[in-house]
Amino acid sequence: MNRIDQRFSELKQQGRRALIPFITAGDPAPRYTVGFMHALVEAGADVIELGVPFSDPMADGPVIQKACERALAAGTRLVDLLDMVAEFRRTDSATPVVLMGYLNPIERIGYEAFARRAAEVGVDGVLTVDMPPEEADELAPLLKANGVAAIFLVAPTTSRQRAAAICAQGDGYLYYVSLKGVTGSATLNAEDVAEHLAPLRELTDLPLCVGFGIRDGATAAEVARVADGVIAGSALVNRIADNATTPEAVPGALKAVLGDMRRAMDAATAPDLADAPR
Amino acid sequence: MPDARGRFGPYGGRFVSETLSFALEDLEEIYASLRDDPAFQAEFDHDLTHYVGRPSPLYHAERWSNALGGAQIWLKREDLNHTGAHKVNNTIGQALLAKKSGKPRVIAETGAGQHGVATATVAARLGLECDVYMGATDVERQKLNVYRMRLLGARVIPVESGTRTLKDAMNEALRDWVTNVDDTFYIIGTVAGPHPYPLLVRDFNAVVGREARRQSLEQIGRLPDALVACVGGGSNALGLFYPFVEDEGVAMYGVEAGGDGVATGRHAAPLSSGAPRGVLHGNRTYLMSDDAGQVADTHSISAGLDYPGVGPEHALWKDVGRVNYVAANDDAVLEAFRELTHMEGIMPALESAHALAQAKVMAPTMRPDQHIVVNLSGRGDKDIMTVAKLDGIEF
Ligand SMILES: Cc1ncc(COP(=O)(O)O)c(C=O)c1O
Repeated sequence: MNRIDQRFSELKQQGRRALIPFITAGDPAPRYTVGFMHALVEAGADVIELGVPFSDPMADGPVIQKACERALAAGTRLVDLLDMVAEFRRTDSATPVVLMGYLNPIERIGYEAFARRAAEVGVDGVLTVDMPPEEADELAPLLKANGVAAIFLVAPTTSRQRAAAICAQGDGYLYYVSLKGVTGSATLNAEDVAEHLAPLRELTDLPLCVGFGIRDGATAAEVARVADGVIAGSALVNRIADNATTPEAVPGALKAVLGDMRRAMDAATAPDLADAPR
Repeated sequence: MPDARGRFGPYGGRFVSETLSFALEDLEEIYASLRDDPAFQAEFDHDLTHYVGRPSPLYHAERWSNALGGAQIWLKREDLNHTGAHKVNNTIGQALLAKKSGKPRVIAETGAGQHGVATATVAARLGLECDVYMGATDVERQKLNVYRMRLLGARVIPVESGTRTLKDAMNEALRDWVTNVDDTFYIIGTVAGPHPYPLLVRDFNAVVGREARRQSLEQIGRLPDALVACVGGGSNALGLFYPFVEDEGVAMYGVEAGGDGVATGRHAAPLSSGAPRGVLHGNRTYLMSDDAGQVADTHSISAGLDYPGVGPEHALWKDVGRVNYVAANDDAVLEAFRELTHMEGIMPALESAHALAQAKVMAPTMRPDQHIVVNLSGRGDKDIMTVAKLDGIEF
């Protein structure tokens, strides 16, 4: 079983929601990333989304754009990311890792070579922001054949018909984009999210994870009440930006932010103890 | 025509984040319902005639032709259009689509500022709110057009990220569109971007080629031997070429920005440098990028050609060999700019001067009874500062 499916089935048994942090690999320099990943796991990450830096991150706001710039200035390439995952796997064989980014770096490596190498190093899922399901007919089957989940986005603007097609093709989990906009923008409306998730529940058994607009424990808790997973990006990347010149302080800063989210989410979704058998 | 998925052979498509899929499906539907609608076409033609000033003349550059001592050079005078370039043909068309879709706000990306000015112009005319994204480098080198847009009531937003040129302006426009997709119509300025933009921008600019074909038959008495146009994203070139595609005797030349020379790597010529395929801004095409898939820095004296990609239909024409893609270097472009200005009293845009530079190479190798039609895509007023600086003149 793919590590993603494994992790979600464990969480379901425990009645808990997945906490999914996103950081950009190679930010502020490639040698720090694996250490940051371990820190995220220690603070309660269930799945790690590792951003592949790209020169033109059209779907991202300034926080992640700048992270891409720092990572690229430090020479980070997609092949380096794959090496990072291999290194991470030496001491963590359980935490699922999802690569998230844009298509062009994958195109340059070649779909087949990329899918094979990703599986080899222990990547569990790939989410390509600028590859909607209509354009996934070449890459997605290659990923699947190698046991790597092709993860897709659903947006507030997605029609029911499209959503059905996306659910049918999707794998691992569905990434629901909580708002119209780029990463790191605006404030999320949990009621609105819940309204959009309800029809998706009828279409699929895939875990529904929500990203965009999750900034702290409070927003994470709100989303945890209605979704299977909570994805936090810019709030964490901001901590890396704050400490870009003192990277040794980053793990602590990441743990503080993520730990808050973990506690708030678990508190918000804990089964009512009064009813529990003693 | 592209296939149902918006592909021209292996190129094109719709590589966008999910949030935009519905807006593109909407646009595709609206355009499909209007493309063959006589009332829509009549409205478009009316605007082109009475607002843009079409048809634009096909002018015989006799003195320059004689000086070059070869083929006869004819200029398709898109510089005489309202707002000074071919860009207005497309913005008039897309403004009609914006009106039909009932959106109160339009956005655009611009390099040289010509597309921004054309968009600000139609927005003013229709009473639409208008924001234009422009790379900070281009804001600096195209100050005149920036001020024109502001006078027209548009907001010009300088983009500081990346290479601070056209591609970054397009990234920022896409970010805006994702955020404001409910009430905003994105007027893309060239035959690139996600389907259906490459199709509709080509359709709106094909008026250039339809006129040029008719005018050639009338004025030359036959079809020309060759067509030449500059290629940034490729909208003026496709506009001229498309109605001639079936005319096998007509050779076609797309001229990219050679910058310091294709061999130096400092250029913006994805097709003539043989750049690999890649995906950017919603379509698959020839794309200048490094081995790791990061989009490469480009260089050109002309802001309007300073783009690492090219429209997907051009990528197909390159592969099937219908169009020859070549590059003109900055030096040759400036020389052609000065020559046309001196000999014909027409000051071309630096973008258009790329096409002129190629005509200057070709004409002497041809006979005086042969004919070349060059698309004079825009006028050079906006570039006076750039040329003056090279002459050591500061205003
Ligand atoms: C006068 C002129 N010609 C050509 C271009 C290049 O665009 P395209 O290749 O889409 O015609 C521009 C773009 O700004 C322009 O202003």
